[in-house]
Amino acid sequence: MNLKTVETTRRETLTLAAIAGLAAFLAPKMSFADENAVAAEIKKLYGDKKPGSGKIKLDVPEIAENGLVVPVNVEVESPMTDKDYVKAVHVFADGNPLPGVVTYKFTPACGKASASTRMRLAQTQNIVCVAEMSDGSLYMAKSNVKVTIGGCGG
Amino acid sequence: MANAPTPRVRVPATAKAGELIEIKTLISHEMESGQRKDSSGKVVPRKIINKFSATFNGKPVFEADWNPAISANPYQSFFYKAAETGEFTFTWKDDDGSEYTAKNKLTVG
Repeated sequence: MNLKTVETTRRETLTLAAIAGLAAFLAPKMSFADENAVAAEIKKLYGDKKPGSGKIKLDVPEIAENGLVVPVNVEVESPMTDKDYVKAVHVFADGNPLPGVVTYKFTPACGKASASTRMRLAQTQNIVCVAEMSDGSLYMAKSNVKVTIGGCGG
Repeated sequence: MANAPTPRVRVPATAKAGELIEIKTLISHEMESGQRKDSSGKVVPRKIINKFSATFNGKPVFEADWNPAISANPYQSFFYKAAETGEFTFTWKDDDGSEYTAKNKLTVG
């Protein structure tokens, strides 16, 4: 029996096993949305209408220490009268398994188109906010959040 | 552990006509996202509160459609422009059809 052959074979086998193990470990456990997924959601809602910039104050932390609880505050400039108010605001996360986070429906009775909640972010990603006004016009804002500990609980 | 989801609302009891008040709400709920796997590797099915709505004297004021990305024990705050005396009704709707409500009176002077 040639010892060298056996050792080499064993080494090769172990190396192959190690690579396979590493590959399985690195393989993504879930698929994530991306900016295309967010664009697709916006298209489903509003077709090819182009959102303008401005009017939206999207308040998210630059760095979220805990991806399970990330505060997000949205405020949209508007007189909030019966003739001129913010109808809907959509918040998306382009790096989560699903892009939609929340949709707000405001009425003039709100007085101010501002709402706050807390969301789960799986990883560092962009938060995209789209506001629809009562006259049909759209506005969009984007903000990046760095997530140190992802919040998918997996 | 299955404590019934308990809503908590923070809203002033009085306001001047035209005053902007902030309403803060919280409800205890796990908001199971449907993304987690249990210890045997099976996906834990989604079960969240998917809708929060606020009406005043029966008229809609504010609504939020929540997705699984909303954190557990969901917090929601929004604003209301005080006009007349009356009562708020806050409703939370669970995926399984359950509804939780809270009512708060507001006196406008």
